[in-house]
Amino acid sequence: MTQENEAKDEWEPKIIGFLCNWCSYTGADLAGTSRLQYPPNIRIIKVMCSGRVNPQFILKAFQEGADGILVSGCHPGDCHYIEGNYHARRKLTLLMDLLDYMGVDSKRFQMSWVSASEGQKFAEVVTTFTNQIKEMGPQTKLRGVK
Amino acid sequence: MPDQSDDIIRQYYEDVPLDEDYLLQVPEIVMMDDESLVDEPEIEVSSEMAFRKSKKTLEGDVLVVGAGISGMQAALDIADKGYRVIMIEKSATIGGNMVKLDKTFPTNDCSICTSAPKMVEVARHRNIKLITYANLSKLEGEPGNFKARIFRKSKYVDPDKCTGCGDCVPVCPVEVINPFEEKLAKRKAIYIEFPQAVPIVYTIDYDACVGCGSCERFCEPDAISFLEKSEDIEVSVGSVIIATGYELFEPLEMRREYGYGKYPNVITAMQFERLLSSFGPTDGKMKRPSDGEKPKSIAWIQCVGSRSKQLGFPYCSRVCCMYATKEASIAKELEPGMNVSVFYMDLRAYGKDFQQYYDKAKKMGVEYIRSRPSSVYQNDDGSITIRYMDTHTREVAEKTVDMLVLSTAIMPSKENKRLAEALGIEIDDSGFFQVKSIMTDPIMTTRDGVFLAGCNQGPKDIPDSVSMASGAAAKAVAPIIDRVKVIPTPDPPQKQVVGEKPRIGVFVCHCGKNIHSFLDTEEVARYSETIPGVVYAKDIMFACSEDTQKDIRQNIDALNLNRVIIAACSPITHGGLFEDTLVEAGLNKYLFEFVNIRQHCSWVHSHNKVTATQKAKDLVRMSIEKAKLLEPLSQEEVDVTTGVLIIGGGLAGMRAALALADMKIPAYIIEKDSELGGQLRHLHTLFPSDIKASEIIQPIIQQVEASEYITVYKNTTLENIEGYIGNFKATINSPDGEIEIDYGTTIIASGFGEIDMTGKYGYGQSQKIMTQTELEGRILKNDLPNPKKIVMINCAGAMDKERPYCCRIGCGVSIKNAKLLKEKFPNSDIYILYRDIRVFGKDEEEYFAKVIEDGHIKIVRYSHEEQPNVVIDDDGNLTVKVRDQVYNEDITIPTDLLVLTAQTEGDPSAHKLVEMFKIPIGPGNFFIEAHAKIKPLDFATGGVYFCGSAHFPKNLADTIAQAEGAASRAAIPILKGKITLEGITALVDDARCVGCGLCVDACPYSAIELTDEGKALVNEALCKGCGLCNATCRSGAIQQKGFNDHQILAMIKSAMFEVI
Repeated sequence: MTQENEAKDEWEPKIIGFLCNWCSYTGADLAGTSRLQYPPNIRIIKVMCSGRVNPQFILKAFQEGADGILVSGCHPGDCHYIEGNYHARRKLTLLMDLLDYMGVDSKRFQMSWVSASEGQKFAEVVTTFTNQIKEMGPQTKLRGVK
Repeated sequence: MPDQSDDIIRQYYEDVPLDEDYLLQVPEIVMMDDESLVDEPEIEVSSEMAFRKSKKTLEGDVLVVGAGISGMQAALDIADKGYRVIMIEKSATIGGNMVKLDKTFPTNDCSICTSAPKMVEVARHRNIKLITYANLSKLEGEPGNFKARIFRKSKYVDPDKCTGCGDCVPVCPVEVINPFEEKLAKRKAIYIEFPQAVPIVYTIDYDACVGCGSCERFCEPDAISFLEKSEDIEVSVGSVIIATGYELFEPLEMRREYGYGKYPNVITAMQFERLLSSFGPTDGKMKRPSDGEKPKSIAWIQCVGSRSKQLGFPYCSRVCCMYATKEASIAKELEPGMNVSVFYMDLRAYGKDFQQYYDKAKKMGVEYIRSRPSSVYQNDDGSITIRYMDTHTREVAEKTVDMLVLSTAIMPSKENKRLAEALGIEIDDSGFFQVKSIMTDPIMTTRDGVFLAGCNQGPKDIPDSVSMASGAAAKAVAPIIDRVKVIPTPDPPQKQVVGEKPRIGVFVCHCGKNIHSFLDTEEVARYSETIPGVVYAKDIMFACSEDTQKDIRQNIDALNLNRVIIAACSPITHGGLFEDTLVEAGLNKYLFEFVNIRQHCSWVHSHNKVTATQKAKDLVRMSIEKAKLLEPLSQEEVDVTTGVLIIGGGLAGMRAALALADMKIPAYIIEKDSELGGQLRHLHTLFPSDIKASEIIQPIIQQVEASEYITVYKNTTLENIEGYIGNFKATINSPDGEIEIDYGTTIIASGFGEIDMTGKYGYGQSQKIMTQTELEGRILKNDLPNPKKIVMINCAGAMDKERPYCCRIGCGVSIKNAKLLKEKFPNSDIYILYRDIRVFGKDEEEYFAKVIEDGHIKIVRYSHEEQPNVVIDDDGNLTVKVRDQVYNEDITIPTDLLVLTAQTEGDPSAHKLVEMFKIPIGPGNFFIEAHAKIKPLDFATGGVYFCGSAHFPKNLADTIAQAEGAASRAAIPILKGKITLEGITALVDDARCVGCGLCVDACPYSAIELTDEGKALVNEALCKGCGLCNATCRSGAIQQKGFNDHQILAMIKSAMFEVI
């Protein structure tokens, strides 16, 4: 038990964050400009719109061994491409059901809306999500599955 | 960030005789030899005149004074047309008042998010020369040939060297009140106004600086230069736009009964915006100033400084009702348990979606108290008690709140008087700039060739300011239309890289200490070099400095690099700079990846160098893997057909056509009626100047019909539209048969009308009941019997379930017609039954007050719940029964003329256009713009614009400003002559496409269609590169260039790689 706990403490989750270019990426920039601190586990991949995120990316990332995945876009109604974030929301909500069905806790996958002015919110979202994944431990269900 | 625009501009102004020592760096030896230089008497002179250098001259086409949202829009509209703009701004940054706001009504869009991209665009635009921290001191000459004198103050920081890192701030010992934060916070003597400031160059506040030199010692790029001099610049231009904005009333003397400046918990609405702002002094948390506690109740007092000649300004400030509603509902949203109330006189929710926004706020629990607050006092716990008279109950009452916000008036800038003298233009009684004519030329000043935009001639909201700014751009371009436009210098030929093995160069930026202190940049560079495909990796002090740019170009050349990775700050601010560097070195700009190891790494993980370095390595590796798969992308150019199709020949359509004709652009007006003139043909006089409608519209019709650039098709309808921005083909059905027109862009000016009132208020059952427009028709024809008692019912059919909006113009129209009737029938009694009197803005309030007083017009307020009742007896006698909300009594008015101020709606033909142009339409048949605030005249569909009452009902001045604005927008692609298409677009692999059509449905821009062969085909002219289609395609046939599946999957895969 003690050993397991120790292993959990040492283990650091790998998290991938897909951020849209116009809101969330810029929000993450503001978090930086404001020198807000958040856990360093997230690896950011910029996409032009959250609607670009293909469910395949999420599954692939879990296969490659990601422990948590975050998709963040403009607030509903604020999409730079009019309605891309609605597409993302609809599509990726369905994916959550699929993940649960496959035995991957869908809490490992999160969507958020962070605007370009919400540096604080971005830092909070990443911090909360990272801590949550840390609690959940490593993702093993899809890791290495071909 | 170096002032990137500067180099580029210099390149384009090669013929400009710049002083040899322009931006000359002070020789280091001078600084070293004489460190006590700042103490020398010459420099101690408080006036900056002592620093003046010899004169410098600049040449441009248009001078724009003021770089708030209006100035920026005007500058971009002109620069996009290919003319050179010189833009001056008195502050150290551009952005104006809008950037201070937290959100904007009625969409609650984040304000900085919509203005910051415009700021960056202005700074990076090749045709805009931006001079901040500068004032205009004189204007001489005439249209087409003005000479302006500009005084640019020194910032004492070299814009080319300052990287915006902010290391100078903590070491500065001086603190002063920060005007940007509305005095709620302090700043240092060396400062930027806010994190997104443009240009990101720090400024030394000369008056506050003690000259200790700390910033200079700590500045790594050596950007601080106490010897940097102010300068006089002489500017030659063809026209001038003044967009100097407004100031806010400070209730320190007048209206001091509300305790501002005396009680800490009484603040202004702009201060409240700063409290809400995520980059404000409280990081967006509502805290009251006295103790930093979260308030449990907040109240707003409206009209502080507005609507009173004695206690401020006579006019209505036009925006306060809505910003208070916005602030109150945001407060309620953040803290649903909070007690939020607004003390108001009339709630003026007159604009598009305003009434719905107000209704929503009420539903959320914002309490609106119709009242006159007389005084406030502070309690021991810091709370504020407001003493007021409730104008419904007529009782004096008190309310105690934790914080009080004053909705202060928009007032003319104190600078206006000086500026008006310098410009040779006039100011009005209030101190705003005088427009040439509020009814016909709301954009022009009293001096030819000098135009106005935004709030400097009267209060305005953001979309009206933006529309007017575009309008000013159209007017300012007309006198210089024949000037040679800027021809962009061609880029050096691109190296052929397709089929070559990736040869990647990685540059890791220290950003002084900003990255280097928190992660090991040398290690990141060393590691990068070990990754296959990377042939060169190096850490550098400042990636953005000019010498490094040179170094990058040389390495591309010498090592034959075909992919470049910059690991530094953000692509949002610096991406364009490095793309230009690649292009100069002969590489396609899309062979570039930007890794953000500053904002996304060193600054957010500054406590653990090991993990930050690890993350930086991962991020760089991910981009290297993507870069290997990058391909050069081409940005196709498409020729544009000249000419603009204008749908609707009313005032808006005609004024748009005339503005286009002034720019020598052909316009085709199609009008469904047999005559031009639209609604104005049916009106007698116009609000608020009593001028005859025919006197306005007839000269315009004559000008239109005489213009060699305008073709008018009457009795004509639009049958079909093909094509896209730059190349449309319209098929019209005219009395001469079907005609095809090839043209470039479209303006929709289809107008509006009164709704059918049948069945409401007895309309249709008596000859004595008519609408306002019918009344004016009858007055025109002189066939009204002599009425003794006249009743007008405002808001007839408005603000109900079916049409939840306010018609914006009804109050004005009813007052104008009441005056008209009173003049015609002096012995008549006139009653206006109203819900709120919404005479907003300058002139209208004053007109209203005068008519009511002089004409002895009786006004009766009724509520939505208790609508007036019209009774027609057997003899045909009319009686109106209404509950007077102010005196709380039922009144009965026998009347012999009942006029209904009918609700309005967009022209029914609008629906046909929705299909043809794929544009959205909202409540009341009014079109929905691309963005409620900053793109009020555009649609998301490229090349289609709109103006006038097709947007929403509006008065003459606003219609003309919009029409000229739409003309400016529509002229941009045409004057450019070419459209550069997005490089990042979607591409279909025909072999994989199964023709399911999912991408066609997913595309928000209707850029994809299915061909006859059952394959998806992307129209690159319409594609904006969002990638929705890519995420939707189930066979991987459609790919977003630059972000295709392979590239993103490569990043995902490499993100998981464990670095030892």
